Amino acid sequence: MSTIGYDSWAVDLAEVGAVYPFQGSEGLMVLLGVIFWIGWHRIQFVREGAHLEKAKRMGDREKINSLLEKY
Amino acid sequence: MDGNLNALTTVFTEFYYWVTVVFMFLIHVGFCMYEVGASRHRNHMHTLMKNIMIIPLVTVTFFFFGWWIYWSFPNFPFFGGLNHDAGAANLPWSENMGTNLSDRITGVFWAAFLLFSWTAASIVSGAVIERIRSSALWVHAVMIGSVFWIIDAAWGWHAEGWMVKYLGYHDAYASGVIHAIAGGYALGVIMVLGPRLGKFAADGTPRDIPPHNPWMLTIGIFLIYSGFWGFYAACNIPAISPEGIGGLLTGETWTATNIYLAPTSLSAITFNFLMSLSGGLMAAYVVSKGDAFWTFSGGLAGIITASAGNDLYHPIQAMLVGAVGVVIVYNLHYWVERTFKIDDAVGAVAVHGYSGIVGLIIAGFLLWGAPSSPYEGYATVNPVGQTIGAVIMFFVLGFLPAFVISKIQAAMGVLRIPVEVELQGLDYAEHHAYEDAKAEIIAADKAALNGGGVPAE
Repeated sequence: MSTIGYDSWAVDLAEVGAVYPFQGSEGLMVLLGVIFWIGWHRIQFVREGAHLEKAKRMGDREKINSLLEKY
Repeated sequence: MDGNLNALTTVFTEFYYWVTVVFMFLIHVGFCMYEVGASRHRNHMHTLMKNIMIIPLVTVTFFFFGWWIYWSFPNFPFFGGLNHDAGAANLPWSENMGTNLSDRITGVFWAAFLLFSWTAASIVSGAVIERIRSSALWVHAVMIGSVFWIIDAAWGWHAEGWMVKYLGYHDAYASGVIHAIAGGYALGVIMVLGPRLGKFAADGTPRDIPPHNPWMLTIGIFLIYSGFWGFYAACNIPAISPEGIGGLLTGETWTATNIYLAPTSLSAITFNFLMSLSGGLMAAYVVSKGDAFWTFSGGLAGIITASAGNDLYHPIQAMLVGAVGVVIVYNLHYWVERTFKIDDAVGAVAVHGYSGIVGLIIAGFLLWGAPSSPYEGYATVNPVGQTIGAVIMFFVLGFLPAFVISKIQAAMGVLRIPVEVELQGLDYAEHHAYEDAKAEIIAADKAALNGGGVPAE
């Protein structure tokens, strides 16, 4: 048993196609990948929102003025 | 080179490896920039010099004996003697190790392996900045670069290596043979070396020592990404016939192979390099809560985690493996730092060492049962073989020799710089000489100008 469908390279490569593990589960893999991607956006949106809420109350007027001067 | 096809294949292969070497040079440039950016102003020049001198020291020793080890040690010492025939062709006095019109490949192949050696040594160099003596580091550079990593390459990254034959060890793009060993080696050194002054508060709480130049770090790691393309390509044989492989493959179809001469393609590794980089970056951004340097390093850790199986993975598998690896190594880094008071200045043990271990073990599961070699009688890839392989790489050939050599250096008083020098900075003396020289030449110029008769330009 081999996850890639071959347990030996005693093959003619002209007759070999995909050799990645778990062939036939591409749909599931794409689903997992999309969940990871969408999940990342969700986490990032929430965290950035919380961070900006916190950040907007952090500024000290004097320091901001000097930062503006610095360009 | 008889026949046009043979000539073309040879010249293509020669040029292919040559290009990988040029690309891989960027890895070293990147490591230098990263280290200098991470160090403080008072240590710049020494930090840079420490890493630059790895280049000549590892190069000459790799010429003298490192390359011979690779060809002689695949079954030595546990599963046979030295391979004298293969070794003899790669000794420094062999005709193959010089300008030789009947061997156009040895030079570029040697150089590709050599650049891996620099990388291994440079990984260690980053972890120890601002407190190791250059002399001590340069001994370690030779040991990891021209002895220990190349022993592991002979055992586990060679078509006839005993780890491949008996364990089914599979590590196509060097999760273990470069990264786990270098991370383990770095850990062995810094455990003896100790943390930088001020790294831990009196109650043992770790302090962050921020880089002096974040942009240098950023460009440094991007250069490492760029050089990594060369590293990946160098791990392949670009084009070979089944007859050239001489194993179980049948038919007439030529292929690219991994280092074990098992089929893969440049296209496969391009997919997987980019997807594992992306998985690593995304996971590192989340787990580090947007910390820029962990995010960038996470991209590297993602590639390293997926590297063991990136010749065969599906791109989405590579992405997820990279992401999972980064979450594990990030947490492991801080746990080790808190628990054992380890100061790994650039996260080298985590990004290279832990990623390498995790990547090997994951590959054992995902590639379970896949052939490790095109030759008959080899074990297939399996989780037990990969885990034993990870222990050999990280602990036996990495951590252990580094720890022993560092203990000897510490006992001899040649490992760590004096505390006074650490506080004033390694560049203090040079800074003074620089300032004195500057003051002197300015004074001389002013005197000439005010004395008259000398043009101002």
